[in-house]
Amino acid sequence: MNTTVPAPADAARVPDAPARRRRRPTLPYWLSIPAVIVLLVGMGYPLVWQIWNSFREYGLAQQFGQDPEFIGLDNYIQLLSDSGFWLVLGKSVAFMAVTAVATMAIGIGLAIFMKMIPDWSRIILQVALLLAWAMPIVAQLTVWNWLINARNGVINHVLSMIPGVDMIGHNWLVNPLSFFAVASIIITWASVPFVTLSVYAGLTQVSEEVLEAAGLDGANRWQQLRQIILPILRPVLVILLLLQMIWDLRVYAQIELLQGFGARGSKYDLLGTYIYSLGVGQGKFGLAAAAAMIVMLFTIALSWFYVRELLKEDKS
Amino acid sequence: MISKNPALRTLGAIVAVVLAVAWAFPVYWMINSSFQSPRTIANLTPTFSPFGGTTANYEAVVSSSGFGGALRMSLVVTGIALVVCIIVAFLGALAISRFRFRGRKGLVLAIILVQMLPAEAMFIAQYKMIAGLGLLNTVGGISIIYVAAVVPFTMWMLRGFVAGIPADLEEAAQIDGCSRFGAFMRVTFPLLAPGLVASGVFAFLQVWNEFALASIMLTSSDSQTLPLWLRNFSQSSAFGQIEWGQVMAASTLVAVPVIIFFLIVQGRMTKGMVGGAVKG
Repeated sequence: MNTTVPAPADAARVPDAPARRRRRPTLPYWLSIPAVIVLLVGMGYPLVWQIWNSFREYGLAQQFGQDPEFIGLDNYIQLLSDSGFWLVLGKSVAFMAVTAVATMAIGIGLAIFMKMIPDWSRIILQVALLLAWAMPIVAQLTVWNWLINARNGVINHVLSMIPGVDMIGHNWLVNPLSFFAVASIIITWASVPFVTLSVYAGLTQVSEEVLEAAGLDGANRWQQLRQIILPILRPVLVILLLLQMIWDLRVYAQIELLQGFGARGSKYDLLGTYIYSLGVGQGKFGLAAAAAMIVMLFTIALSWFYVRELLKEDKS
Repeated sequence: MISKNPALRTLGAIVAVVLAVAWAFPVYWMINSSFQSPRTIANLTPTFSPFGGTTANYEAVVSSSGFGGALRMSLVVTGIALVVCIIVAFLGALAISRFRFRGRKGLVLAIILVQMLPAEAMFIAQYKMIAGLGLLNTVGGISIIYVAAVVPFTMWMLRGFVAGIPADLEEAAQIDGCSRFGAFMRVTFPLLAPGLVASGVFAFLQVWNEFALASIMLTSSDSQTLPLWLRNFSQSSAFGQIEWGQVMAASTLVAVPVIIFFLIVQGRMTKGMVGGAVKG
């Protein structure tokens, strides 16, 4: 899901209750049975199906009753030797990199800026960021589609007020590069608030005394930032960057919605819409399963660091 | 770090307000347009001043075909998913936070890993499974997928809350004569209530807003959830004249309840995560 949120770490502050009740060792199993069933049905079975079918020939013929044939790594080989797949993969990774870096840069910048301004103006800014963050994805995309509307969208109108520029009638979604730029701007707009508020919360934990002492010792603002603030914030920043990368790789909803606003076609595809059209669209379920497996492995590789951090937190 | 120079401070405040206006502008524009008449909207020059003062768009949206059905579908699906998810996640959270048992580590790893997986990595397989069960376009089908999608996160979140309540409290009650179950219900459960509410609101937001899986599994027009209905409403007239006022009214109707719920719980989101990371 799209709004998955990092787990609260309240527990990190409180040491886990010691395991006291060893008398009845069956109870924890009864308690976890419902969760295990839910995971097995909703995730386990599809996962096994996916792994299994990524090794089978499962196309339209098999949809109509023919037995799917085991073909080993053929699906993977076919995908990996298809320049179309590499193009989509490359576009997705580039999209992720640009969006994640932009989100982090703007988010951190705003957080530092928020430390430097009077309280009342900071609260106004925080509320504005929260409003954008809270918007459901479909509502986000619907509003942006209206903002960039070719004929009487606000953005074209405002741009046209610049002397010598006439943007009225310009369609931002036709050119693929512009299409992805729009998608990236919308996603950045919606994800910066999370980064800013998290970094700001981290900044409030940097003690003013330490900074003052550093100031007395002759460290200027830049040195304080580099030598004191950034090292304290580093763990937060690493996790935020990882989450942004994972989230910016999973942008099926945004891309599918933007495509629906008037730009259908494979040149506007990223991995999510590509897999969807391969599977549900063209009925090539074996290939789609293999492509999904590649995305899954990629995501797990990316998130491994975060998973390790969470496991550590569980131990504490 | 607040600057001591008053001129700089004023400048900073002004920049902050400008940024705030820019960031909130899309939300403002959605609400503003939703109250404008078709004639105002069709004007080549946008009307920036607030509130054109007509509620006709809302009336048209609410009475349009599909809105009532989509609202009902969303309420039913979210209701089912939420109740099942909270019960399942709560029991699971008790198990992993109050006990050490064989297989616990595997369960914890599974719920963490599953949270990381994007819909894109599994939706084809989930689609085939639900199609195989004959449950496409049904409340049951999408609920299965939603429960599986939100249980891991909810369980992880509740785990933190349960672990935050010392087991000593319960034992004290037991020494004072409570049964074990009684001690749990009278001591731990009331303390957990805020945690259950917060986790419930998060689960609600995820299911209520979900689009990707719904767009794949609920394709028929009489089984749409609100996000799907909004998508169709804004696209149905893509080739004709779009009634932007109505589309924005529809968008506002979908977004405002979510924004309100979100504002209630967001504090926990940033605090929790960063608190752990800074300490860790």
